[in-house]
Amino acid sequence: MSATKDILVNPIAKNNPIALQILGVCSALAVTSNLNTALVMTLAVMAVTAFSNLFVSLIRNHIPSNIRIICQMTIIASLVIVVDQILKAYAYDVSKQLSVFVGLIITNCIVMGRAEAFAMQNPPGVSFFDGLGNGLGYGAVLLFVGFFRELFGAGSLFGVEILPLITNGGWYQPNGLLLLPPSAFFLIGMFIWIIRTWDKSQVEKPEFELASNSKKEAA
Amino acid sequence: MSANNDTIGKTITVTVLLCVICSVVVSAAAVLLKPQQVANKELDRKSNILAAAGIDYQGKDVSELFDSQITTKYVDLRSGKYTAEVPAKYDARKAAKDPQQGVSLSKEMDIASIKYQAKIMPVYLVQQGESVDKVILPVHGYGLWSTLYGFLALEGDLNTVVGLGFYSHAETPGLGGEVDNPSWKALWPGKKVYQEGSVEPAIGLIKGSVDPAVPGAEHQIDGLSGATLTSVGVTNLVQFWMGKNGYAPFLANLKAGGA
Repeated sequence: MSATKDILVNPIAKNNPIALQILGVCSALAVTSNLNTALVMTLAVMAVTAFSNLFVSLIRNHIPSNIRIICQMTIIASLVIVVDQILKAYAYDVSKQLSVFVGLIITNCIVMGRAEAFAMQNPPGVSFFDGLGNGLGYGAVLLFVGFFRELFGAGSLFGVEILPLITNGGWYQPNGLLLLPPSAFFLIGMFIWIIRTWDKSQVEKPEFELASNSKKEAA
Repeated sequence: MSANNDTIGKTITVTVLLCVICSVVVSAAAVLLKPQQVANKELDRKSNILAAAGIDYQGKDVSELFDSQITTKYVDLRSGKYTAEVPAKYDARKAAKDPQQGVSLSKEMDIASIKYQAKIMPVYLVQQGESVDKVILPVHGYGLWSTLYGFLALEGDLNTVVGLGFYSHAETPGLGGEVDNPSWKALWPGKKVYQEGSVEPAIGLIKGSVDPAVPGAEHQIDGLSGATLTSVGVTNLVQFWMGKNGYAPFLANLKAGGA
C-alpha cells in the first residue's frame, strides 16, 4: 500500500512533472490567470493522465513497439475529446474560458511522458495511480500559480473579491502583469526555487566550476 | 514483451481494433452529450440577450423568462424590413458564409473586419402592448485576437443604449477581456448612438476617461486601458452595425412606424 501512496504523492513535490522534469509548462502559463480555470484544467489533466496510463498499461503487452507512440496518442486524443465534450455539456462557462487548452492536453508532454515512461512497463493499477499522482503534481503547480495570479492580478480568489479594487471603489491597484502569461514564468521559477530549497537533492550539479583565482592566492 | 508483436498482421490488428474502439468511445460521447451542449449554448445566448436588455434573470428560469419577455423577428438588412422567409433553424453565423444567404463585404464597407455578413439577421424585441420598448441587436466584429460576439440593446427611441454585452470573445484576460467587466458595461446605458438628426453613428470609445462636460460626451465611452486595439475593435463593430450596412435602415423603418 505504501508503494501506491509513494507513486501517488511523489510527483507532487519530490518528482514534480513541472518543477523537476520541466514538462507541460506552456499550458501552465495559459490557464492559470484565475483559480477556476486552473482547477478545472487540473481535474481534466488528472482524468486524462490517469485513464491514458490505465488503458496504455492494459494493452502494453500487445502494442507493437514500432507504432507504440501512435497507439498512445490515439488513446490520449480520444480521452481528451471525451473530457472536452463532458466539459462542454456540464461546465459550459469554464469550458468557454479554457477554449482550446482542453484540446491541447493532447500535446501536454506530461500525459505522453507518463504513458511512455511508466505505463508501458507497469501493471494497470499502479499506472493509474501514477497518472493520478502526476496530474496532482501538475495541478499543485497550477493552483500555486493561479492563487498568486488571481489574488494579486485581479484581487479575487475563485472569482470572490478578496482585495477590493480601485476600479470597484476599493483600495487595491491590481498588478496587470500577473494576468499576462509571462508572469507565470516568474511564479513557476519561484515554485522550483522553494521546492529545491526544501529538497536539496533536486539541485543539479553545476556543469562546470570556476577555477579559483590563482593570482590572488599567490599574492 | 513477446517479439511477435511487431509482425505486420499483429500491427494491423492492434491498429484497427484500437481505432475502432476509440472512435466508438468518441462518437458515443459526442452523440450522447450533444443535447446537453446545444441546450447550454441556447441558454447562454438567451441569458446574454436578457442581460443586454437589462432584464434580471438571476435565479429565474431563463427560457421561460425569455419566451415571456422577448419576441424574435428576422430582418432583411438591406431593405430594413421584417422578413418571414427564414429557413428553419436559421443560423446567421453560418448564413454569412453561404453565397446565397450572405454577402461579402468590400474593404471600405467592412470596418468591423468581419468579411462576410448575413443578409438576414435576427433581432429581439421587448414589447409593451403594441409599441416596442427595447430592441436587442446581435453585433460582432474583430478585436485584437478574436471576433467579439455580443448584443447591443436600444431603448424604444432607437437611439439610447440600454446595454452592450459580449458572449463570446478571446481577448486578453484583464486587458481586452475587460469588455466583460460589469463596471465598464455600466458606462453604456444612457449613451446615444446617433447625433440629433444624423444617421451616421457617433458612438465610440475614446482614450482615457470621458469628461461629462465635453460636448458630445453622450456619444463617448471610456476606452479600455491597456487594450487600445480591442477598444478600436469595439468602436468599429458598434459603428458598423449601427451604420447603413448594419441596422440603420431597419431602425429608420421602425422609427417611421413600420418595418
